[in-house]
Amino acid sequence: MTAAVRVSAATAPKRRFGGMSGGNARAVIERGLRATMSNNYLVVLSGFFEPVFYLLSMGIGLGGIIGAIDVDGASVPYGAYIAPALLAVSAMNGAIYDSTWNVFFKLNFGKLYQTMLLTSLGPLDVAVGEITLALLRGGVYAIGFLIVMQVMGLVLSPLAILAIPAVILIAAGFASIGMAFTSYMKTFQQMDWLPMVMLPMFLFSATFFPITVYPEAIQIMVQCFPLWHGVELIRMLTTGVVSSMIWVHIGYYVVMLGVGIVVVSRRLRALFLG
Amino acid sequence: MIRAENIAKKYGDFVAVDGISFEVQRGESFGLLGPNGAGKSTTMKMIAAVSTRTSGNLEVLGMDPNTDGPAIRSQLGVVPQEDNLDQELRVRENLITYGRFFGMSHAAVAKRADELLEFAQLTDRAKSKVEPLSGGMKRRLTIARSLMNDPQMLLLDEPTTGLDPQARHILWDRLFRLKEQGTTLVLTTHYMDEAEQLSDRIVVVDKGAIMAEGSPAQLIRQYSSKEVLEVRYGSDKNSTVAKSIADVGERQEILPDRILIYSDNGERDLAEITKRGHHPMTSLVRRSSLEDVFLRLTGRSLVE
Ligand SMILES: Nc1ncnc2c1ncn2[C@@H]1O[C@H](COP(=O)(O)OP(=O)(O)O)[C@@H](O)[C@H]1O
Ligand SMILES: [Mg+2]
Repeated sequence: MTAAVRVSAATAPKRRFGGMSGGNARAVIERGLRATMSNNYLVVLSGFFEPVFYLLSMGIGLGGIIGAIDVDGASVPYGAYIAPALLAVSAMNGAIYDSTWNVFFKLNFGKLYQTMLLTSLGPLDVAVGEITLALLRGGVYAIGFLIVMQVMGLVLSPLAILAIPAVILIAAGFASIGMAFTSYMKTFQQMDWLPMVMLPMFLFSATFFPITVYPEAIQIMVQCFPLWHGVELIRMLTTGVVSSMIWVHIGYYVVMLGVGIVVVSRRLRALFLG
Repeated sequence: MIRAENIAKKYGDFVAVDGISFEVQRGESFGLLGPNGAGKSTTMKMIAAVSTRTSGNLEVLGMDPNTDGPAIRSQLGVVPQEDNLDQELRVRENLITYGRFFGMSHAAVAKRADELLEFAQLTDRAKSKVEPLSGGMKRRLTIARSLMNDPQMLLLDEPTTGLDPQARHILWDRLFRLKEQGTTLVLTTHYMDEAEQLSDRIVVVDKGAIMAEGSPAQLIRQYSSKEVLEVRYGSDKNSTVAKSIADVGERQEILPDRILIYSDNGERDLAEITKRGHHPMTSLVRRSSLEDVFLRLTGRSLVE
């Protein structure tokens, strides 16, 4: 090295996590927002309407026939029963769409992550940035949905304001697991597994009726899946019927998020820094 | 800038780079010349800290790529072999976001992006999408992008492969300017003319190992003669004629389509051959090139 050390325009990042991170996930998020702005507005909107349509058709249609449902001893109108579940679903949809299909394309066709890893970004920055983007999508869907619920008079408790951080947590959990799943997928056929998991989870996770209708064994299975925890968490907050189980639900998502981030950054490292 | 000692890369049992050593000094323009599959890209990836070496010592800008990836990459410009521009963004946005990946400020990336669009002769395409750009333009944009962080060293993997001659010359001109400004260049190529044009010093690699090292002129002096006489007799007759003129020149290479005769005087050799009654269909006397060096070292041509 010569005496005159040139100061480069880029600030040299410190060594973090043995080269896993450049501490700049923000730039990854910024790139994602820029790409969304200049491209796929409409695609972004479509995923939002699905749960809204369910709410309108089931809530109003079935609600008239079913009347009220018993939640921990409290009687809740059917519309107000399914609305929080669909809120959780909308957070899930947004997060999953972004973290699976979008990530699948970037991973296998766009070479986007390879490019990012030519800069001072590390795999952890890419993982955190991309998961945050997916989470944002889920969060935006959910907040829109919450407004629809409010307008329809389906929010029963002021605690519902806490549903906003809760849906963001749910979206984060799904985004990180979704991306972790996708990081192992190489072909379209493999991606077809996704609806095979998503659809039953959507239908069985106490979305439209309590899981007490199932035999014990199936109840336990449902309780293992993430959506059930999300549905229960949000339902507690919008109906105001809260129990100490809320910590289990929150804990479930925190773990899911943590596991997802670790898996994704390791996978990115293995795939592109091998 | 780079010190590589016996570095190797294995993919499973397959050895892609088999213990190579070299050094690159600041301000130097260093070329890795070798045919497809020689291990050039793999070597570049190890230098750029995007591929973990299997063994050996490697120091890039005083750091170890295996553990200091982000810090090393913050000082490098990398132009990979395959275009990997961001198709979802426009031309100028590609530069902006790339600069942001390095943690540069919004103001700094905006200024730098405009300078580099100028440098890459792409100012009028700033708002264009990436997809419709020509191959040469994409490459120039990729080079502009790699310069966003004002790197100490620029790594170029086959910068002009797949481009037409005119686009290549434009690109060489741009790279030459960088060289003049003192940027350290490390490039790989399987074109000997590119290696000659752009590198002060070359290593010739084949099958993951270094065959020779030196400046283009040194290599030619050491491994080839001053002139080469190429004669063609048609593919059937080449080998039969070769036998009866085997003593002409210092050395010969018999290729399927032609015979190369190395010596310091091609015209004299041609006269000698014709005197013996072997009139070639076509003949050509030229100066020795890196292609001849490669042929000498490996018995094969660079571009198949
Ligand atoms: N990811 C990989 N997995 C397995 N083999 C690889 C991989 N990358 C490169 N190779 C092999 O290593 C050898 C050297 O490749 P490469 O460095 O790309 O050569 P070059 O750039 O000189 O053409 C080739 O035989 C190639 O097939
Ligand atoms: Mg290559």
